Order: sequence, then C-alpha cells, then structure tokens
Amino acid sequence: MAEGVKPRVKAPRSAEAGEVVTIKTLISHRMESGQRKNKDGSVIPRSIINRFTCEFNGTSIIDVKMEPAISTNPYFEFEATIPEAGDMKFTWYDDDGSIYEETKTVQVG
Amino acid sequence: MDFTRRDTLALTAGAVALTVLPFRVNAAGEDAIAAFTGGADVAEGGVDLEAPEIAENGNTVPISVSAEGASAIMVLAMGNPTPGVATFNFGELAGSQFASTRIRLAGTQDVVAIAKMADGSFAKATKNVKVTIGGCGG
Repeated sequence: MAEGVKPRVKAPRSAEAGEVVTIKTLISHRMESGQRKNKDGSVIPRSIINRFTCEFNGTSIIDVKMEPAISTNPYFEFEATIPEAGDMKFTWYDDDGSIYEETKTVQVG
Repeated sequence: MDFTRRDTLALTAGAVALTVLPFRVNAAGEDAIAAFTGGADVAEGGVDLEAPEIAENGNTVPISVSAEGASAIMVLAMGNPTPGVATFNFGELAGSQFASTRIRLAGTQDVVAIAKMADGSFAKATKNVKVTIGGCGG
C-alpha cells in the first residue's frame, strides 16, 4: 500500500517566537485493520501506518504509536511551540517499511 | 414447561458463559493498562477525554485527549478486538498536552485514556460511547 498515499499538513507559515500553534495533519491510507475478511472468508492482512512523529529542527513535538483502531486516512491535531524559525518535519511509518515525509517551513516575525 | 436435568445443566452453563465473557473481553484491555503503567496505581481524573456520547458510524469517531503535565497519553477502546488505539508521546516542543484524532469502535463500549504524568504518576478518564454501526467490518 505504498501507492496513493498523500500526506496533507496544515501549519502556519509564520509565527511569533515562543508562540503555540495548532497543527493539523491528514494522510490518505486505507489502514487495513487485519480484522476484516474478504469474499472467500479469509482475513485481509493488516496494513497500517504504525507510527507518526513531528519534529521541529530535530526536537520532538509529538510521537504517536498507532494501532489498527485508528480510522482510515489518519487525522491528527495537536499543538506545537515555535521557538525560532525553522523546519517542521512530519514522518509517517508504514507497516510495509515505507516512510512518508512532509516538511513545512515556519518563519518567525 | 418442565425442566429436565439436561435443560437445567445447559441453562446453567449458558448463564456462566455469559457472566464470564465480559471479563475475558476486558482482560486484554487490563493487560494493556498494566503494561503501560507497570502495575502502578491509576488515579481518576486529571485527564480530559472528549468523545461523542452517540457515534453513528463506528468507523470514524472523533476523540480528543488532554492532560496538563502529561508526558504520554494512551487511549484504549475496551470493547475492540484489540483494545489499543494510540499512544501520544509529547516532546519538548509540544505546545500543550493535547491531541485529537479519529478512531474505530467495534460497538458500544468504554473508551479509556490514561495519562502518564511527568512525575511518574498515572491518571485516567473513561467515557462510554454508544455506537450505532460498528467499525470493524464483517
């Protein structure tokens, strides 16, 4: 399930130093839970994104361990402190080893 | 209707199975809590867990958790085939100990949030969510 995965991130382009901003992320992914069965009655194997991290200039903002009970197209909303100008890096880790990345630059001032 | 010895035994067995079953469903959730807390005491309160009272579609139920001073928050759906939902670990630059996401619920059940505070204590909040259509497929 590496095809058709598209991360979307909503983060402000600029902020005051030390400001707390809200970040919203969404990534398109089926998040196959491993509980469903196909027409033949065999179980569809689990295939989910199992971890999501967000870092600012290398310092962690949030690190989420995800299980099959996270909905299709995982959505997260959280808050981050912006100490200085820099890059906000978002990373999603797939069960199949794929890594999806997105970077947003935040200006200060 | 007369109860034969056989009927009585069958009824008793059924009744016993019914009372034992809920414990078995919860056991996996309790294990997950124990693994997270390491067996430490969990206090009630100190965590905000927001979830709808009634969710029409169990496939995508919006929830949000927050707990001031928490280093991590674990969310569990006690009635799901696998109770784990997500664990939020807040880093140095987290603006607040708040996170919101969408989860799957197999049916009407309790959603539990357990926060690990910076001082090593644990706090818990529980919310019952009624689900009209379960979210685990058939």
